[in-house]
Amino acid sequence: MSFLTDPVGVSHFLLVGAVMFVCGVVCMATKRNGLGVLMGIELVLNGANINFVAFGSKYLRSESLGLDGQLIALFVIVLAAAEAAVALAIALNFYNNHATIDVDRADELKG
Amino acid sequence: MNWHTLLFYLFALMSCGFAIAVVASSNVVRMAFFLIVSLASTAGLFFLAGAHFVGAMQIMIYVGGTLVLLIFGVMLTAHAAFVSMVTKSSDWVLAAVFGGALLGLLALTAFSVEDWRVARGDQAAVTSSEGEFASSIGQALMGMRVDRLSEGNSQLEAGMSGYLLPFEIIAIHLLVVLIGAAYLARTKRRVGSVTEGVQ
Repeated sequence: MSFLTDPVGVSHFLLVGAVMFVCGVVCMATKRNGLGVLMGIELVLNGANINFVAFGSKYLRSESLGLDGQLIALFVIVLAAAEAAVALAIALNFYNNHATIDVDRADELKG
Repeated sequence: MNWHTLLFYLFALMSCGFAIAVVASSNVVRMAFFLIVSLASTAGLFFLAGAHFVGAMQIMIYVGGTLVLLIFGVMLTAHAAFVSMVTKSSDWVLAAVFGGALLGLLALTAFSVEDWRVARGDQAAVTSSEGEFASSIGQALMGMRVDRLSEGNSQLEAGMSGYLLPFEIIAIHLLVVLIGAAYLARTKRRVGSVTEGVQ
């Protein structure tokens, strides 16, 4: 079991980020509930954040991004909060006007 | 026994496993709970990478703020018909093929660079006293990069001016967004259109 004792590198963090990103993309594509789509977006942004933090960590590489990675991760967290607030307001508006949260029913603008 | 590696695999398994559970579950209330556990385990990964402040903010803003907002959304729309929405199996097949291809590509890329695969040799010599604390992040947001004072390359010095402008932009952005969200979410239930929507 050498992989349990070897120190982890950036690649291991990138793999976790990739799994979360793909889960978010699949979640966005398959969920019919509008709030499920929002949860997929949160997963995607979080997967990206893991990559930024991993590349900014000086425990993993000597030539790291340093504080840049952590600062960009903080900006992404704030943007995710703002995006969730607006998207939730839109979803609630949609629910109030159409009495459904199914994204397949949001086809009024369809040509 | 390498505790750093062991804890990394624990948190990685938790965050990945619960992220997959978010996708696999069709009940939106359970999805919200799985998402909370997944994002909290991600905060553990941030701590392991040495980003203490980002990990704390992940728990405070993401788990404490954004997900509470999402759960309120779930509760406000928790009509019996919308709690559990089943996806068509043909959609699942398409998503699995596309997602598997994307995951394979990303995993191959992640392990393709030799420098990324192994940790730095002198990992034990790195201490967190080298300025990875909240004060240096705060000073970087104010426009001072205390961690890069000794930048050798003179051409790179211009880029070391900190993050004051993005900080201001994001502050105004957050204010505008929250006012806009409060305006959008005001209850103006149109009774006529609701009955039309139900049909």
